[in-house]
Amino acid sequence: MKPDTSTGHKGLELEEPLLFELDGRDRSGVDLPEPDLSNNRLGGLERTAPIGLPGLSEPEVVRHFVRLSQKNYSIDGNLYPLGSCTMKHNPRINEKIARMPGFADAHPLQPESTVQGALEVLDTLGHWLKTITGMPAVAMSPAAGAHGELCGLMAIRSAHTANGDPRKRVLVPESAHGTNPATATLCGYKVDPVPGNDRGRIDLSAVKAKLGDDVAAIMLTNPNTLGLFEDEVLEVAEAIHSVGGYFYCDGANLNAIVGRVRPGDLGVDAMHINLHKTFSTPHGGGGPGSGPVAFSEALAPFAPLPQVVTKDGKLHLLETKTGEAAQSFGRLRSFHGQMGMFTRALAYMMSHGADGLRQIAEDAVLSANYVLSQLQDDMSVAYPAPCMHEVLFDDTFLEGTGVTTLDFAKAMIDEGYHPMTVYFPLVVHGAMLTEPTESESKASLDNLISTLKYLADKAKSGDATHFTEAPRLAPRRRVDETAAARNPVLRWAPPSSPAQAAE
Amino acid sequence: MSDKHYTEDHEWVSMDGDIATVGISNYAQDQLGDVVFVELPDTGASLEKGAEVAVVESVKAASEVYAPVAGDVVEVNDAIGDNPSLVNEDAEGEGWFLKIKVAGAPDLSELMDASAYADEVAD
Repeated sequence: MKPDTSTGHKGLELEEPLLFELDGRDRSGVDLPEPDLSNNRLGGLERTAPIGLPGLSEPEVVRHFVRLSQKNYSIDGNLYPLGSCTMKHNPRINEKIARMPGFADAHPLQPESTVQGALEVLDTLGHWLKTITGMPAVAMSPAAGAHGELCGLMAIRSAHTANGDPRKRVLVPESAHGTNPATATLCGYKVDPVPGNDRGRIDLSAVKAKLGDDVAAIMLTNPNTLGLFEDEVLEVAEAIHSVGGYFYCDGANLNAIVGRVRPGDLGVDAMHINLHKTFSTPHGGGGPGSGPVAFSEALAPFAPLPQVVTKDGKLHLLETKTGEAAQSFGRLRSFHGQMGMFTRALAYMMSHGADGLRQIAEDAVLSANYVLSQLQDDMSVAYPAPCMHEVLFDDTFLEGTGVTTLDFAKAMIDEGYHPMTVYFPLVVHGAMLTEPTESESKASLDNLISTLKYLADKAKSGDATHFTEAPRLAPRRRVDETAAARNPVLRWAPPSSPAQAAE
Repeated sequence: MSDKHYTEDHEWVSMDGDIATVGISNYAQDQLGDVVFVELPDTGASLEKGAEVAVVESVKAASEVYAPVAGDVVEVNDAIGDNPSLVNEDAEGEGWFLKIKVAGAPDLSELMDASAYADEVAD
């Protein structure tokens, strides 16, 4: 909805057209003489019409992108309760370290003798990750969480293949992140879903019933996506190992247990670690992910290349299938991983220390349980307290109000909050997965709590239109998802001709 | 529509001679919400009972549609490919998905009739 101003701007929040719509006013920042094409050698292939690149001056370009960036919501602006994403503060010391020229200017093709410091970052970070997980090996190269899952499952597949028994099925709980079944499928396995029990944990008897000698692995998230610790995880590990399968742990929620529980002690064979979640490197549009994978003794020989090893007192990148990497499944990607994230994550670890990391988990869990305790009478908590690092509400409290989870989330935008994760996990009706993280002060949590209380009261008071019309104050009102999906406009067209729906 | 039978996965099937017409139930379209895309099989495809034959995508979710009977696909409803909202408007009529030519008499005994299905989805 356009604001009631002559400019279209809403106070100091400036409206901004598309870059292409700013074109056509002859303001290009580069002023070149018209070329003489009378004697060209293009053989009739010379351009006959403009190619449609917008011409703008430098200040126009700067303002365009600054104005767009001002419409962004980020953790630097306010609490960001997106569940399972761990949108915690990105400490500025990480940025300072990452920008040190020795790290920032290093090139992956430099001779090893000139990048010993960068290799030491890889090696030291790997050491921390192995210590935190209690697992003997780590692959640093995976580019993000789902890539880490792929890395873990490829190692599992390699181990089974090396054993002459490739196997067919991977067990995945129904509450899993969608990437888990996708990863197993990509690796050629059939996904066999495992139901949860009425306590929100994986059903151990269902796991046992599905076991067989064709089961390659189980993929379990712990704490799981309902924000609950899998309290029968040891029995699950024992069960999967009893048929020769491997235990893959989705480490997305490591933030809740870092320094408290070592996944290796739980029988985990492979687990990815989202540096961009637990270890505070920027994400959600702010930076690339990074998903190193820790391996058990059984899977370590199959870990991907490259690997950092010590040779003649120097650090060395093992990049071929030789020596201890003879059974490696090979390279997962170009070069060595997300170096910029390694420096940030290691800065985070070293600035907190082991005791600080432990406190992170404790504070994250405390924050979530505080939110739960303050809202349990206003909203409906899906599973009884306590939770781990995230609290899961369902939509029971909205029953009969005419307000859906989606409407509730949109109304949060008007209140200045990015909504929590909604409609995930799928096993909970109208799920609202809320992860405040340890970064927030009590005052900040109280602001979120009072906002959610206010909205819950308003929904119950019968004011459904407050929600169904939300967001009213955002730069754009609610998107018509149905129309957008049924008639997607995939290409910008000049305003003179009406926008065409995709063929 | 008493001649329809329903599966636990919310497909319906209606027999006319050896031709089975298949779609998703009205309950299914209501749960899915606005349907935005339907992927239909090629005609001529040979199906096992329970095989994945189509994908229906709504603003909320994407779901597979399974063949309630075995046979060959003889016709698909192109109208819902062009206009997926038909599935919402008339799931058990104009919004049918495909027709399967079955070999021999199909065994519908495992499926539910309309009243059993209505009970099944009542809660």
